[in-house]
Amino acid sequence: MNRAAPISRPDRSFYAVAGFALALLVVGLLAAHRMEAGGHVVTGMNNSIVWGVPHVFAIFLIVAASGVLNVASIGSVFGNPVYKTRARLSGLLCLAMLAGGLMVLMLDLGRPERLVVAATHYNFRSVFAWNVFLYSGMFAIVAVYLWTLMEQRMNRHAKSAGLVAFVWRLVLTTGTGSIFGFLVARQGFGSALLAPMFILMSFAWGLAVFYIAQSVIYAWNGMRLPDAIHRRMRNLLGIFVASVLYMVAAQHLTNLYFARQVAFERFALLEGGVYPALFWFGYVLLGSLLPLVLIYAPRLGGQRASLWAALLVVAGAFCQLYAFIIGGQAFPLEMFPGATVRSTFLDGEVAPYVPSWPEFALGIGGVGAALLITVIGVRVLDFLPHDEDADAGRDSARAGVPAREAAATPGVPAAASR
Amino acid sequence: MSPRESAAGEDRGVSRRAVLAFGGAALAGTLLAPGIRLIEIAGAQVARPAGEPASGKVRWGMLIDTTRCVPDCDKCVQACNTENGLSGGRAPTDPQWIRKIEIRLERTGRTVYAPVMCQHCAQPPCVDVCPTGASFKRADGIVLVDRHTCIGCRYCMMACPYKARSFVHEPLHDQKADVPRGKGCVESCTMCVHRIDKGLTPACVQACPEGVFVFGDLNDPGSAIARRVREIASSQIRPDLALDTAVRYHGI
Amino acid sequence: MSLYGVRVLLAALMLTGVAAALAAGGADGAAASRVPRPQLTVDRGTQCVEPPERMRLIHPDLLRHQRDRTVRDGERGAKASLNACVQCHAGKPGSPAPGTVAGHPQAFCESCHAYAAVRLDCFECHQARVGAAGGAR
Repeated sequence: MNRAAPISRPDRSFYAVAGFALALLVVGLLAAHRMEAGGHVVTGMNNSIVWGVPHVFAIFLIVAASGVLNVASIGSVFGNPVYKTRARLSGLLCLAMLAGGLMVLMLDLGRPERLVVAATHYNFRSVFAWNVFLYSGMFAIVAVYLWTLMEQRMNRHAKSAGLVAFVWRLVLTTGTGSIFGFLVARQGFGSALLAPMFILMSFAWGLAVFYIAQSVIYAWNGMRLPDAIHRRMRNLLGIFVASVLYMVAAQHLTNLYFARQVAFERFALLEGGVYPALFWFGYVLLGSLLPLVLIYAPRLGGQRASLWAALLVVAGAFCQLYAFIIGGQAFPLEMFPGATVRSTFLDGEVAPYVPSWPEFALGIGGVGAALLITVIGVRVLDFLPHDEDADAGRDSARAGVPAREAAATPGVPAAASR
Repeated sequence: MSPRESAAGEDRGVSRRAVLAFGGAALAGTLLAPGIRLIEIAGAQVARPAGEPASGKVRWGMLIDTTRCVPDCDKCVQACNTENGLSGGRAPTDPQWIRKIEIRLERTGRTVYAPVMCQHCAQPPCVDVCPTGASFKRADGIVLVDRHTCIGCRYCMMACPYKARSFVHEPLHDQKADVPRGKGCVESCTMCVHRIDKGLTPACVQACPEGVFVFGDLNDPGSAIARRVREIASSQIRPDLALDTAVRYHGI
Repeated sequence: MSLYGVRVLLAALMLTGVAAALAAGGADGAAASRVPRPQLTVDRGTQCVEPPERMRLIHPDLLRHQRDRTVRDGERGAKASLNACVQCHAGKPGSPAPGTVAGHPQAFCESCHAYAAVRLDCFECHQARVGAAGGAR
């Protein structure tokens, strides 16, 4: 049975949004071309800060992509009917953001034309090499998972596919966190805490992105999110945000306990200029505490407050990633403990970094790619959540009536749940 | 020489013959000594025959005596730039394969100078993290970047504890024929592998006027460097990382 | 515009594009094409590594295989060393591309590669000119 997606807005707005996403993507591709032709000297990255703004965008997109699949996992793996109807949209967002993030990473390579080399030469001691498999495998697995969700005959396999996707994405996010966790040389990075921290970050960012996407899509299609569902999602977001804050606190407190790490912590939390500013104001205040207030304060707590909380979580994520990735590189490597050093290669000095427009453009191009895929996907196939299915599923489970019969009235879902 | 003269010479404690003999020997020694050193070095490495791969029995290493390194001299850096075709620029995007670090020990106030380059670790973190295996360790211990396979992801630059690696940020021209390098790949000190394979020493070693560098085969107990590291104290930079570097330092 | 109309329009655009490209390519044909046929003369009499017909086929594989042996295994002085190729095949003084195998439309490597439209990126890193310092095999 092919239920038509309840689109009530005229086609013009679809073309407008898709056109906007396409424009972002084109700007990103232009920036990538500029970087490839002129070399990375056109960016702000240098021999001290080797990963810059493009990587901030890419890591956000990839981590959020694996996290947004969580919504589907709660549905398929843990059997929650409310989340089950959201599984398709979650899968689509996962694919879209993964594509966008990988696009940014691959275009930022010094030699992007050597992607074939990367796909055929593997050093399995490198977590990067494992990530190539994990990321490409993710595409395939999520595609299969979506198929089991959307093809009626395959629905009974959705739970197994969902489980595979859930485990795979945990491994993938562990791999992403380990990219930094395995770097023994850098005081800001080498830590076993990073892998679980990235997993919790993926939960928080993924749910935030899902909530934003869902709110926008619902608003544009004249649908309304039932309050019960809103409360569940909002509370879950609060739990995730709090747990990330906990991991970050644990990491910094442990570091502060080690005398040899104190210099780095002083830089990252106090004296580093833009990095502590982004960490405290961007991530802690705006990206964690304020969303928690918006979510849990008794007088607030409407859907608009939750949307703001989700947006702030995303903004805080960017601030956190900037301070983490770039701040971790800016602090000089400590080769001679107990000595002050000086050289022509910025030894002993905080490395300078001024992000350039090609870097931002490339990152935004990745966002544009993700947006384009999402918009086209939602338009062309049935990805939108059907809350009446969820309600029918719950009611029919109580009444003993098959869900499909209970939800058989076509085309007027919005009115039913209003 | 008559008995009278020799008796007179003994009275004064030293004879003319002894002086001439000693002076002549000293002069000869002074003239020949650099030659002996050269022969010693040349004997230690000969050019590898064509078609023969690098051998795992050899481990090329360097001992850097920082007590001899003087401020206001960067001949090793200049030599490296000339030999490898580096621009010599000092912008944050310019490659530097070797640099002199001024190290001031905080507690004691003592200042030493040390040239630092790729340490050619036996357990290189850069080799571990390279996704394509472009960063690799040759059989004789030299850590290199295979620029045919490098995709320019810069992960090795993040991983190196010595900040040894540089990235080529712009298109290059006028590369040296023995040192191909290009935009978009990562690079670092090769220990002048093109010179080593011809039986020469790295450019920095050759250029130093103060005798800071000793270069040779660490695995050959008779080589100059093996003898020297047995004699004097030396250490690795960041010994806590247990990377077993081939470049050792004395005097830090 | 209906979905059917969109499909028809896209197909028409694609066919027009293909036709135009074919026409442009075909019109040149045997007559003066944008890229001249390479005229390769090797002034040094000895055969290089293999007969020319085989070299045309296998030189990429030769180079690719040898480069791994040189870089990874440390083998020097091979017949298929890129520096050796450059030394031999660089244009003689007085020829259109003296002293180099690339960087000029009639240089040895570049002339064939431009004609066959195969990207030549060896010399982004390797030195294409003789007489530059070094030249060890």
